[in-house]
Amino acid sequence: MPEHTFKLNGKRITVEAPDHVRLLWVLRDLLSVTGPKYGCGLAVCQACTSHINGKATNICAVPVGDLNPDDEVVTIEGLADTVGKDLHPMQEAWLEHDVAQCGYCQPGQIMAAVAHVRKSREEGVPLDDDYMDNIKNICRCGTYQRIREAIKDGAEGM
Amino acid sequence: MTSHRASPEPRQSEAPDSAQPSRRKILGYLIAAPTLAVGTRILGDVVAPATASAEGLPSNPWMADHYDFLDAMKDFTRHTANLIKVEIHDDGHVYHASPVSENGQGILTTLAMVIAEELDVPIEKVHVWCDDARVEHQYNQLTGGSTNLHVKTEPLKIACAIAREQMMTTAAQQWGVPREELTASDGVVNGKNGQRIEYGALSKLAAVDTDTPVTDPYLKPASEYKVIGKPQRRLDAYEAVTGTKVFTGDLQVKDALPTMVHRGPNIKASVISVENMDEVRNMSGVTDVGVIPSGVAVRAATFGQCIDAVRALKVKWKDGPVADESDDTVIQKLKAAVPPLPPRTAGAKTIEYDFINYFASNTPLETGIAVADVRKDGAEIWAPAKIPIIAMQDIALRTGLPQDKVTFHVMPGGGSFGRRLFHEHAMDAAEASYLFGKPVKLMWHRTDDFRHGRQHPPAVSRVRLTYSGDKVLSFSQHHTGVQNDLGHGLGEIASASMARQELGQYTVGAWFYAVTQSSHYEFGPSESTYHELEIPFWTTSMRHVYSPNVATARELAVDQLGHAMGLDPVDVRLKFLRPEFHGVVHKAAELGNWGRPLPDGVAQGIAINDEYKQRMAVLTEIDTRPETVNRKVKDPPYEGYVTGPRVTKIVLVLEGAHIYNPLGIKAQLMSGANDGIAIALTMSTHLKDGIPLEGSWDNSYYTRQWNTPHDMQIHLMPNTYEPDRNPGGAGEVAVGPAMASVACAYAQATGKVPTEFPIQHQKELPFHPHAIVPPIPQSPTEGLDWAY
Ligand code: FES
Ligand code: FES
Repeated sequence: MPEHTFKLNGKRITVEAPDHVRLLWVLRDLLSVTGPKYGCGLAVCQACTSHINGKATNICAVPVGDLNPDDEVVTIEGLADTVGKDLHPMQEAWLEHDVAQCGYCQPGQIMAAVAHVRKSREEGVPLDDDYMDNIKNICRCGTYQRIREAIKDGAEGM
Repeated sequence: MTSHRASPEPRQSEAPDSAQPSRRKILGYLIAAPTLAVGTRILGDVVAPATASAEGLPSNPWMADHYDFLDAMKDFTRHTANLIKVEIHDDGHVYHASPVSENGQGILTTLAMVIAEELDVPIEKVHVWCDDARVEHQYNQLTGGSTNLHVKTEPLKIACAIAREQMMTTAAQQWGVPREELTASDGVVNGKNGQRIEYGALSKLAAVDTDTPVTDPYLKPASEYKVIGKPQRRLDAYEAVTGTKVFTGDLQVKDALPTMVHRGPNIKASVISVENMDEVRNMSGVTDVGVIPSGVAVRAATFGQCIDAVRALKVKWKDGPVADESDDTVIQKLKAAVPPLPPRTAGAKTIEYDFINYFASNTPLETGIAVADVRKDGAEIWAPAKIPIIAMQDIALRTGLPQDKVTFHVMPGGGSFGRRLFHEHAMDAAEASYLFGKPVKLMWHRTDDFRHGRQHPPAVSRVRLTYSGDKVLSFSQHHTGVQNDLGHGLGEIASASMARQELGQYTVGAWFYAVTQSSHYEFGPSESTYHELEIPFWTTSMRHVYSPNVATARELAVDQLGHAMGLDPVDVRLKFLRPEFHGVVHKAAELGNWGRPLPDGVAQGIAINDEYKQRMAVLTEIDTRPETVNRKVKDPPYEGYVTGPRVTKIVLVLEGAHIYNPLGIKAQLMSGANDGIAIALTMSTHLKDGIPLEGSWDNSYYTRQWNTPHDMQIHLMPNTYEPDRNPGGAGEVAVGPAMASVACAYAQATGKVPTEFPIQHQKELPFHPHAIVPPIPQSPTEGLDWAY
C-alpha cells in the first residue's frame, strides 16, 4: 500500500492509502480528523473546505497521491494554531454573530471565509456584499446573512 | 374540549405578573434518587374559543383558528409529560436529557434558558442533550411541527420550580429559619443573615427516597424573567466553529467501517441479482458486500473505496412502483384529482387559479447517516432521528431483538427540514450490520440523498375568490397533493384529537392539514380542504409542510382581488384581514418602505401567514430585469450555478405571545426566508422515469450567497402575552410567508401571475444530470487546480 507523507495541522504525518483515495476520506476515515465535512464529494457544497499551502481547497477532490511531503494541510482543527491563539479571529466573529445553526457547514464556511479575506486583499478589491456573492459554500440552514456579518468582522481581526 | 375561559382576554403589552397557568391542576414529582430529581405531570385542557371581526363578511371559523397542531400535541403529550426530568448533581450543574431532538433549530439552547430561568442557575451550568429512544416517552419524543417549545416549556418550568422550592425548603430546615426569608440566585440559596449554600451542596440533602407528588408549585412571574426574553447564543457554538461538534459521521465506534449502498435506477427498485459480487469484494479496501432491502451494501476502509465499489457493482433491478412516472404524468393526475369547487353565485365575479408546485428535496447538508452495531444479543444505533422510538421499534422488529435490547442514541443532526422524521438511514445501517455481523458507519451518498431520499410532494392548489363590487362573497381553496407520508405516526394523535373535535371526520392527512391552516381573512363563507393522491413516492413533511404552497396560492389570489378592486397589496390586506394582522402588515410596510418608486422590472410584494401561534408579514423586493436575471457567478468550477430573479430586500415581521430567545428566533426567520426564496424561485427536482434528475447541490438550487438578499431586516413585535399562544414555534414559521411574498413580488415585477413553482422549474435544465447507472458519480480530482 502506498505511503503518503505531508504536514497536517503543523505535524508531519505518514499514512497508508491507495493514491486515488481523496484526502477527505484519508483525514476522516483513516486519521480521525473529522472537522472537514462531507456534503457532496463533488467539489460543489464546499463543506470539506480546508487549506492546502494556505489556499482553500475542496479536499473531496484531491487524491491523496497528489500531496508532497512539504505540502501543508490545515483543517478547521488547526486554524487557530496558524495565528497562535485559542481561536482564529474568524472563529471569534462566528461566535460573536451566533452564526451556526446545525453547524455542519460551518467548518468549511470558516475556512473559506479566511481564504476569501486573503484573496480579496491580494486582488485589492473590497470584501463587500457584492464580493461575498461569489462564496460558493452552501448552508442548507440558510445562515448566509450572519455569515456575511461575521466575515466583515473577522476580516478586521486578521 | 372544555373552554377554560368564556371570552378572549385582552391583549397585553406588559409581561403578566404571574405565569401561573390558570385553573389547571398541576402535579409534579420529586423523584426518588441520590441527588435531587424532579419530573412533571399536567392535567387539564386549554382551548380558547375563536374570535372574529374585520371589515369583510365574517368567515366561518376553521379548525386551526381555535385548535391547531400545537394544541393537539400539547393535549396528546400530557400523560407522558412526567418523563420530563431535571436533575441537580453535587457539582451544582443541572442535567436534562431531553426527548427533543436537535437538528440545528436551537431548541436545546432555548430549553436550557427555561431551566436557567426557573431554577435561577447560570446557563453555563445547564446541560441539555438528546435522550436515547425511550418507549415511555411516547409522543413526547416527537420533534416536529414546531411544537417543542410550546409543548415542553411548561412541564420543564414546573420541574425546575419544584426543584428550586425543594432546595430552598431544605436550606431553611438546615439553617432553622423560615423558608420565606430565603432567596435563590445564580445557583445559590441565600439566607437573610448572609448564609449561603450552593445548589451542589443541597442536591443530596434535598433528594427524596420515595416519589413524592407536588401540587401547584410556584412559577416565577414572567415580569421577573432575567434569562427568558434576552438574546442567548447557541450553547453548542464553540464546538461548531472549532470542528469539534460530534455528528454521527464523526463518531469513532470501533470497527464501524464506512458503508454505502448501491441503489436502483428508479425509486424503490429492488435487486434481482448482483453479477460481480466476488469481484467487488476483492477490490481494494472492501471488506463486505451484500444485498439489503434498499440495494447492495458495501463496507470498506474508507468512503472513497465504498464509492469505487458502488460504482463497480453490476446489478440487475426490478423496476419500482413509480418507474413510469415523470413530472407531467404526476401533475396531470393531480389536476384531474382536484375536487370541483362549489357552484358560483349568479352574478359574482371570480378570481380563480391552479397553482402547481413541483417536487422539492428536503435533503439536509448532512446526508443520511447512522452507526449500527447489531449483534445476536443486542443492538446499538447512533443516528439523528426526530421520532427515535419508532426507529428503534422498527429495528427491533427487523432484527428479531426485544425492544429493550436495542439502544438508540439520538445524535444531533446536520439539518433535518423534515427528513429526520423518518429513519431509512438508521434502518439501512441496522440491515447492513445485521447482514455483515459487524459494526458499520453507513452513509448515503449525496446523489442518493437527492434521488432516493424523501421529498416534498408535488401539489396543485386551486383557489377561487368570488366578489361583487367591493364585497368578497366567498373563498375556496382545494389543495391536492401526492400523498404526504405521515407514516412516522401522527395517526394516534389525530384520532385522539378528532375524538375531541366536532368538526367532522378526517383522514390523518386532512386532519394534519386542518390543524395547520387558519382562515386569516374575512371572506364570507370560506373553506380550505386537502386531498391527496396515493402514488408511492418517498415523501415527507418538508419544513412548513403544506403551508408554503397553500399560502402562496392564497396570497397571489388576494393580490389579484386587490387589483380588481383598485386596491394595492397592502390596502387589500388591511381591508380584509382580521384586525390582529394589521400590526404586522403596517410594520412590514413601514420597514420595507412600501410603495417607494422602483424602476420597471423591480417591485415589492407582501404576504401574511399565521401558524405555530405566531403572526407574520413578509415584504419582499425583487429585481427581474434581464441584466440581473442573467448575472453570472464568478469563477464557477462547474456548470449549474443558477442565478435568475434576485431578491434584493426582505423584511420579516413576527408577532408572538412571548419570544423566549430573540437571537434564536431571528436565526430561524433568516433561515426560513432563505428556504422561502429557494422554493419560490429555484429549488425543485425534476422527476423523469421514476427518479429525480437532480443529484447534487449544483442541480437542485437551494439559496446560495448569490441569490440571497443583501438587505434582510427581521423585526419582532412586542410580546402580546396571549396565554393560549405562549410560546409559539419558530423553526418553520417564516418559510410559507416568505415564499408567498417572493411570489407576490415577482408577479408585481413582471405583471404576470406565476402559476408554477419554483419559477426556474420549467426553464431548460441548466445542468447535465449525473448518470443513473452507475448510481453515484465519482469525485473529481482537480481539487488542487481549483484552490483559491
Ligand atoms: S464535500 Fe467537498 S465540496 Fe462537498
Ligand atoms: S448551519 Fe446547517 S448547513 Fe449551515
